[in-house]
Amino acid sequence: MKNKEDQRSQSTPVTEVALPDESRSRKVLSWVFDNKVMLLFGILCIGAVAVSGNSTSFVVENIFIRFGRNGFTVLSLLIPVLAGMGLNFSIVIGAIAAQVGLFFAVDWGMAGMPGMLVAFAIATPLSVLFGFGVGRLFNKMKGAEMIAGLILGFFADGLYQLFFLYILGGVLPIRSENLGIPGGIGIKNTIDLTGNMKYALDRVKMIDLVLVLFIVIALLSVIRIITHLKNKKTFPVGAAVLLIGSAVLYGLTYIPAIEQYLMADQLAVIDAIGIVCLLTVLRSVWKLAENKRHPDAHFRTRRHIILIAGAVVVYAATYIPFVRDIVLSAKIAVLPFALVAGLCVFNQAFLSTRLGQNMRTVGQSQVIANASGIHVDRVRILAMIISTVLACWGQLIYLQNLGTFATYGAHLQVGQFAIAALLVGGASVQKATNKQAITGVILFHTLFIVAPEAGKALFNNAMIGEYFRVFVSYGVIALALAMHAWQRKVKPQLEMPR
Amino acid sequence: MEGPPILSMKGISKEFFGNQVLKNVDLIARPGEIHALVGENGAGKSTLMNILFGMPVIHSTGGFKGEIEIGGEKVTIANPHEAMNHGIGMVHQEFMLIPDFSITENIKVGREIGKPTMLSKFLGSSMDILDRRAMSKDAQNALSRIGMSIEDYVKVAGLPIGYKQFVEIAREIDKTGIKLLVFDEPTAVLTESEAERLLDIMRRIARQGIAIIFITHRLDEVLAVADSLTILRDGELIERTMTKDMTVVEIAGKMIGRKVERLVDVADTVRELDDDTVALELRNFSVAMPGEQVSQMDVSVKKGEIFGFGGLAGQGKIGIINGIMGLYPSEGDALVFGKKLQLDRLGDALRNGMAFVSEDRRGVGLLLNESIERNIIFSSMQIHNKFLWKRGPFSTLNRKQSKEHALKMIRLLDIRCTGPNQKSRSLSGGNQQKVCLARALTMDPNILIVAEPTRGIDIGAKKLVLEHLVKLNAEKGVTIVIISSELVELRSVCDRIAIVAEGKVSQILPPDASDAAFGLAMSGMSIHDAEGEGEVHHE
Repeated sequence: MKNKEDQRSQSTPVTEVALPDESRSRKVLSWVFDNKVMLLFGILCIGAVAVSGNSTSFVVENIFIRFGRNGFTVLSLLIPVLAGMGLNFSIVIGAIAAQVGLFFAVDWGMAGMPGMLVAFAIATPLSVLFGFGVGRLFNKMKGAEMIAGLILGFFADGLYQLFFLYILGGVLPIRSENLGIPGGIGIKNTIDLTGNMKYALDRVKMIDLVLVLFIVIALLSVIRIITHLKNKKTFPVGAAVLLIGSAVLYGLTYIPAIEQYLMADQLAVIDAIGIVCLLTVLRSVWKLAENKRHPDAHFRTRRHIILIAGAVVVYAATYIPFVRDIVLSAKIAVLPFALVAGLCVFNQAFLSTRLGQNMRTVGQSQVIANASGIHVDRVRILAMIISTVLACWGQLIYLQNLGTFATYGAHLQVGQFAIAALLVGGASVQKATNKQAITGVILFHTLFIVAPEAGKALFNNAMIGEYFRVFVSYGVIALALAMHAWQRKVKPQLEMPR
Repeated sequence: MEGPPILSMKGISKEFFGNQVLKNVDLIARPGEIHALVGENGAGKSTLMNILFGMPVIHSTGGFKGEIEIGGEKVTIANPHEAMNHGIGMVHQEFMLIPDFSITENIKVGREIGKPTMLSKFLGSSMDILDRRAMSKDAQNALSRIGMSIEDYVKVAGLPIGYKQFVEIAREIDKTGIKLLVFDEPTAVLTESEAERLLDIMRRIARQGIAIIFITHRLDEVLAVADSLTILRDGELIERTMTKDMTVVEIAGKMIGRKVERLVDVADTVRELDDDTVALELRNFSVAMPGEQVSQMDVSVKKGEIFGFGGLAGQGKIGIINGIMGLYPSEGDALVFGKKLQLDRLGDALRNGMAFVSEDRRGVGLLLNESIERNIIFSSMQIHNKFLWKRGPFSTLNRKQSKEHALKMIRLLDIRCTGPNQKSRSLSGGNQQKVCLARALTMDPNILIVAEPTRGIDIGAKKLVLEHLVKLNAEKGVTIVIISSELVELRSVCDRIAIVAEGKVSQILPPDASDAAFGLAMSGMSIHDAEGEGEVHHE
């Protein structure tokens, strides 16, 4: 677009702005500095694993179990950070919604997948409502969201206790006798989920997931084709290719060997690594091809080549006997991991939507967002709703995996543990990414798994080991927050002019 | 410049709680015209702009009287967003930019280009996916319209300050159908060369048929760039005229309603300078203040003198005061009446009979949430233990004494306030400056160092502050050092003026030296240097 203005404006010279180039060693240094929290815990984890005497395969197996259990909740913290509302301590309220939903599903005698769906159906609207309320409250106390969230969590716990100790059984009748406190009103301390909800999500077979996925894709493609034909009268080739492609892929599942494989509800980690590597390679190749067709100046070709190489190396590493031994026994529950992966994709995709960008703007400066015509308060409420709903789902995933539901305790530590995990991954009050959340969950729970044994090995006392575990979980929050406060305070050293 | 006006505000009146701040004011801007809006602080410029942008502060205080027409049609503007839809944009004095966003993201903030997705059918356009390629193209286009060439994916945080303003302008230019752009004191934060570039860009934008309203207190810039101007005084329209018919003196006269020739009359003060006693001496003095570095400076100020430090922004004159105060690390010696200051001990300069008025009024100068009274007595109380009751090992504030003193200072400096208990945050800039000055005077100093004494305050208050400094010098013999970016001000009160360039004193000049001498000194040269090269530029 060389228009008239350009020609007219030639009277004044165009200003070129040169930008400083960073040297490589400086980049490495600043990377180490930025990730020092994560690196410190990485070293701590390696040390603790070595001291504990636990076998590596045991640790790896447990990490995968705990990752499926807790990953979703930690990832639910990202959006409020993005919107400038800090670490969302009020996810406890989402967890409370989940527990109310789950309780009613159990009380009505539901079990398995239908029971879970009922729990979701009750808990989700509740958490939307709660999230809305929390958002409204946070809008009235801007700048103090974290402390407000923490206190709100305690307050909500009080109401929750009132509800479970008095109203249920006292005012509202409960159906299942065995859930109530014998001879009194209220709900008993622990609800055993074995036989109804335990593993309801974990035990979903891969083949069912594939079927659901196929139906969703097929429906969307058909809708797209129909609307296109109605409106524009051009045939959407992409949608048709997708429809046919997914149909062919689905057809493949009728091959007995594949069907047999997909009938399982757990995937061996070693296979999962292969699949992830394959997907990474395919994605990078696709991106490279895309860039060939529409070259983009900022395209980071090297990054994708490194990704491909990395994927190949990782896959090759699974053939090393030592590595193979470690991961061989580990298995992952398919649906929870699919949900975690889906949430990662959601967080990422959300960033590139208009709402996501508005949220980032609000997070950076409410004044500017307001001046740019963004409804700041509404965006903040939306962020809280999304976070609360995700935390609620995360708690449902957690409880069904755990198999016992501590009526008055399951939600109490949710906020602290999730936040500790996120911080350990290198996130801060202002910035958090999927990568940091995932790293954080892995590191935090590694420490959690091996801490008792490590404590026992070091101090020769099981009690001290237990103490060590509690100490570590609270210590990391304090340490991570302190280190981040320190990181923000460091000023560049001034140099005397010569 | 001819043709129907883009904006015409007619008969605008506004009162805040019974206080008439605008009386029947008109404002007209035509396509391609740069229209200056000038007036003292409190003349009603900001209120007029708030009305134009439909700011909540206007509507929550009972609206206004009068009509706004845009492109000949009568409109009501209920909020800033509607103003934006009418094609009105604003370049703010304090940048409205997000440091962690790229230039593109900043330019397109709130107006991102989206491609609809499946979800947007159900949840509206907020679920659109961003079309970064198109956004980047728009940003590049807007930048090239103001003559800037820079990679648009760079984060704003790393840009030099002058360029941040250009990004801000590009953002306004990028708004579709932009017809009118308001520049609110845009040059206040810029260096001289950056300010010149900005004026260039304003001309360039005007040539594209956009009307510009230029709010500034720098009258030379008005003459340099504006086609026409509106002068407001105390909420009334004084004159709307073409700039070419006016001189700076005339504009200034109309602004404050009395003829100004010199800021301060010092002719009748007879003083005896003690040439032999040196009040303040800097030897090989360096200060590591980012953006205002002082490097190995040597200078001495005589007792009883009014000494000025001038020079361009960023050359180091501000670093001098911050180094002596101990706010930034320094090297070399600073001597007060022959006694060496311990520069690494905070407050040592204060204990040795110096007093300061900082250039950073709101950051360093004032305890914003404390009362005027506390602000005035604070340093004196801390350093000299004045205004205190001694009760054995404890000491408490002597409220009576401190209040009396505060009232005296308020009268003396004509601080406009509701009383000594008013919070200093709620004062206007000029009155805040007077409070800073009052605190320095309370120290009863031998040497008073004042940095940017008149920054951001109106001409009336400016005159009062400078007059008081002169009086203090004449009556009490206080040695006064003024650090200021405004040469006019230094030349009207100082005995000698040191021009600082690249962290060193480039020249020490008498106030009546020629303009050319000052101009050359600012670029680190002397008249002799220039003549040696055979290139003397006279203004």
